[in-house]
Amino acid sequence: MLWVFFAALTVAALTSVFWPLLRTPRGPSRSAIEVAFYKAQVAEIERDAARGLVAKHDAEGAKAEAARRLIMASETPGPGAADASPAKARAAIAVAVLFVPALAIGLYSSIGHPGLPDLPLTARMAQPAAKLDIMAAIGKVEAHLAESPNDARGYAILAPIYMRLGRYEDAAKAYAAMLRLEGETEERLSLYGEALVAAAQGDVTAEAKKAFESAKAKDPAAPRPRFYLGLAAAEAGDKAGAKKIWTELLEQSPPDAPYAPALREKLAALDGAPAPAALPGPEQNPALAANIKAMAGPEQAQAIKGMVDRLAAKLAENGQDVEGWLRLVRAYAVLHESEKARSAVVDAKRNLADDATASARIDALARELGLEG
Amino acid sequence: MIVETGHYALVLALALALVNSVLPIWGSLAGDRRLMAVAPPVAIMSFLLIGYSYFALTYAHVTSDFSLLNVVENSHSAKPLIYKISGVWGNHEGSMLLWVLVLALFGAAVAMFSASMPEDLRANTLAVQSWISAAFVLFILLTSNPFARLGAPPAEGNDLNPLLQDPGLAIHPPLLYLGYVGLSITYSFAAAALICGRIDAVFARFVRPWTLAAWICLTLGIAMGSYWAYYTLGWGGFWFWDPVENASLMPWLAATALLHCTSVMEKREALKIWTIFLAILAFSLSLLGTFLVRSGVLTSVHAFATDPMRGVFILLILVLFIGGSLVLFAARAGGLKQGGLFAPISREGAIVVNNLILSTCCATVFVGTLYPLALEAVTGEKISVGAPFFNLTFVPLFVPLFILMPVGQMLAWKRGDLLGVAQRLIYAFGAGLLMAAALAAIHGGPAVSFLLGGLAAYVIVGAFTDIGRRLLGAGASPAAILRRLSGLPRQALGTAFAHAGIGVTLLGLAASGWGVEKITTLRPGDTLDVGPFQLTLRDLAKREGPNYSEIFATTVIRSGGVVAAVVEPSLRSYPTRRSNRTEAGIATLSLGQVYISIGGLEPDGKVDARIFWKPLVSLIWGGALIMAFGGALSLSDMRLRVGVGRRARKPAAPQAAPAE
Repeated sequence: MLWVFFAALTVAALTSVFWPLLRTPRGPSRSAIEVAFYKAQVAEIERDAARGLVAKHDAEGAKAEAARRLIMASETPGPGAADASPAKARAAIAVAVLFVPALAIGLYSSIGHPGLPDLPLTARMAQPAAKLDIMAAIGKVEAHLAESPNDARGYAILAPIYMRLGRYEDAAKAYAAMLRLEGETEERLSLYGEALVAAAQGDVTAEAKKAFESAKAKDPAAPRPRFYLGLAAAEAGDKAGAKKIWTELLEQSPPDAPYAPALREKLAALDGAPAPAALPGPEQNPALAANIKAMAGPEQAQAIKGMVDRLAAKLAENGQDVEGWLRLVRAYAVLHESEKARSAVVDAKRNLADDATASARIDALARELGLEG
Repeated sequence: MIVETGHYALVLALALALVNSVLPIWGSLAGDRRLMAVAPPVAIMSFLLIGYSYFALTYAHVTSDFSLLNVVENSHSAKPLIYKISGVWGNHEGSMLLWVLVLALFGAAVAMFSASMPEDLRANTLAVQSWISAAFVLFILLTSNPFARLGAPPAEGNDLNPLLQDPGLAIHPPLLYLGYVGLSITYSFAAAALICGRIDAVFARFVRPWTLAAWICLTLGIAMGSYWAYYTLGWGGFWFWDPVENASLMPWLAATALLHCTSVMEKREALKIWTIFLAILAFSLSLLGTFLVRSGVLTSVHAFATDPMRGVFILLILVLFIGGSLVLFAARAGGLKQGGLFAPISREGAIVVNNLILSTCCATVFVGTLYPLALEAVTGEKISVGAPFFNLTFVPLFVPLFILMPVGQMLAWKRGDLLGVAQRLIYAFGAGLLMAAALAAIHGGPAVSFLLGGLAAYVIVGAFTDIGRRLLGAGASPAAILRRLSGLPRQALGTAFAHAGIGVTLLGLAASGWGVEKITTLRPGDTLDVGPFQLTLRDLAKREGPNYSEIFATTVIRSGGVVAAVVEPSLRSYPTRRSNRTEAGIATLSLGQVYISIGGLEPDGKVDARIFWKPLVSLIWGGALIMAFGGALSLSDMRLRVGVGRRARKPAAPQAAPAE
């Protein structure tokens, strides 16, 4: 159906080119227009003279001037006087027939999304909940909370999602609401503080520090508040204090604790060792992003990474799998590995160079994920 | 499906623009009438396609189709309908689409309303217009595509910048674009005349109405923008010499000079080089403005785009079109035939002076706008060139222009009589002196204010002197006056109104010296005196709008104990964008305005307020409306205009005054 419309539009566009080319040209010639123009000028002068707006001899002078210009104009024939040539018209039609659809369809298929229908909000909201995507689900929970702002469950659902989406201020607000509604625990206070730190782009603000201190008061052994209090000390320039807190934390933690590597990095950085190559990611503070990820669930992350690596290896052997490439690019983007995602786009396009549709799909995905340039 | 067809229509419009930028010029060079005849229908079809594309984007905004990135970034489902529609051009991508829509609109209008135009001129004009269209459609498709889609649409959008959620925004950009982009057609005419190699009165005759139409829209657009800034930015200022404002002022100055030039060229075939040069300059300055605003070189409300790729692309377009036209100009200017001769003191001479002053003003604004940018780019040093620079340079340039305006209007073509004109302007001088004295007596200093006020009165009376003399010249029976009035060319009336309009604006500007400003904190029940009025803050309250919540302060304005007006200045807070915007409370009282803008609510129940009394301030925009009215009057006068030189030996007889 869509392509029928495209075809109709193309035909209409081409008609506007053909129609004048197939007709015998009409209309006055250039010299006829000029003669008419100067005649009208002379008539105008006469009318003004008759009304008394112009003195008679002044009018005579102006008429003489207009007449001079008229003679000059009629002596130089314009290029428009020549006739039309059917051969040129045929050439023009041929060029238009080849050029217009080729450019329009070629360019559109590389930048357009013929597969995507219109998605007005009302139509999407009418869909059953099962089909709703995560963003729409967030919208529903938000709408629910706008009506009953004291429902703690809603905030419990939204807060971690906000964190993952990078909406740290919203996450902080949601955790604050949970603290207000459900009371303070070590975990809630820590998560609230972490959201504040993330919202401040890695700075442990005074408010965040207060939250971590309260959390530590609730549970002196909890690793998260101690980690961030160490970070606060480091940010305030108190290297010795930071080192003390972190070293203690490291000693008291099991060696395979998910946050241990991040902690070791931090300690190394404190000692003046060059920071390990920063992981690429959207957050302004990659180390922090890595911490959050590590604490969220390291086994899970490890498993995902293994799957992605296997997929990459498979595609390196056989590069003709479009779906595989799409999955790989998307996976890298989700893991915030945008460098790898970019190189995957390049590899995919090299492997699929013969397949225009596949390349277009890769491009569309790259654009959607903001991987261009 | 509507969205994707809109996208395809835009791509198709690019293909058609490319066809139309080649075939008509080929036709004109080869003398083939069929090829030249391609231009008008293709121009109309391009307009329809771009119009459909624009409709598709509007449809997506109205239905909150968040599968479009552009809609997500700039809309919100709770936004009122009018801002869903105006939000289409309230962002970079959409406003560029409006840009090309206006380009195509002017192309289509020329195609439809110029059947009597020489066909080579028409074909080349539309071809040049197509080049511009093609360049900008390509720019949109490659760097700023409003039809970019999202595979996983979010449930809600980011809302439009609150500053832009205002009825002023609904009118300002389209008007400004009609003016700004409308100048493209004068550029295309000039380039076409250069390609045809025929630059004569016929060319001027056809280009003049388009220049005038663009000028009217530009005048209204600038005035509208200034008023919008005045009541939404909360500072009580109406012109900030902001680079974005300057970017619209420069084309206006060039277009004003061009307007005067085309009238000379049409009547006397003189000032050809000036006319072509100003036509190129006016649109070049529009392009420059687009570059400044769209490239992200400036950071302001307007610079939604901060993508270097876009900047480089527009810069390329700029270089191509300005450079190309100047090369064409250089190649053809030498061969121009001398038009009608004129003495230094004559209508033509006065217009040359007008051109010189306006061009110098334009250069001043140009330097004041670009020098800080260039300095920052080269040395990294940030300087700000604001009102002091422009007051010292721009104003002294404009004062002689105002003094000469009525004089030029009354000088005869070819050879004028300065002494006679001065004698006839005696009433205008008198009115100016009287006004200055009266203003000084009523308001007192500063001297600049009453002197400029006097100048304004001189300009206004001077603008109508010629017409007044013609109407009252010989015997003043009402019937005779009415008969003479109907015989007057509307263009002469238009000139008088436009000149008087700028005088009215000047009066409004002059009066700013007598303004009163108070910055204070108020509590409900407080009363204070501002100028001739007493203000009482009656109530402070909160209320919810569709996508904002606001605190508003109900304030009663009394004059001598009698309630003159009640206003509700407010501070609106838009949660989605986490930003605030003030909505000033404005009451227009005897041409002046009481202006109240409130800031945040303090914990103790007080509110910060900026309160102004601005006498005669409404005249600033009123003057612009009068100017535009004058332009419209002149536009409605489709008579041919012919300059009639008056013989030197016969001085001032009222009947012999220049025809217009």
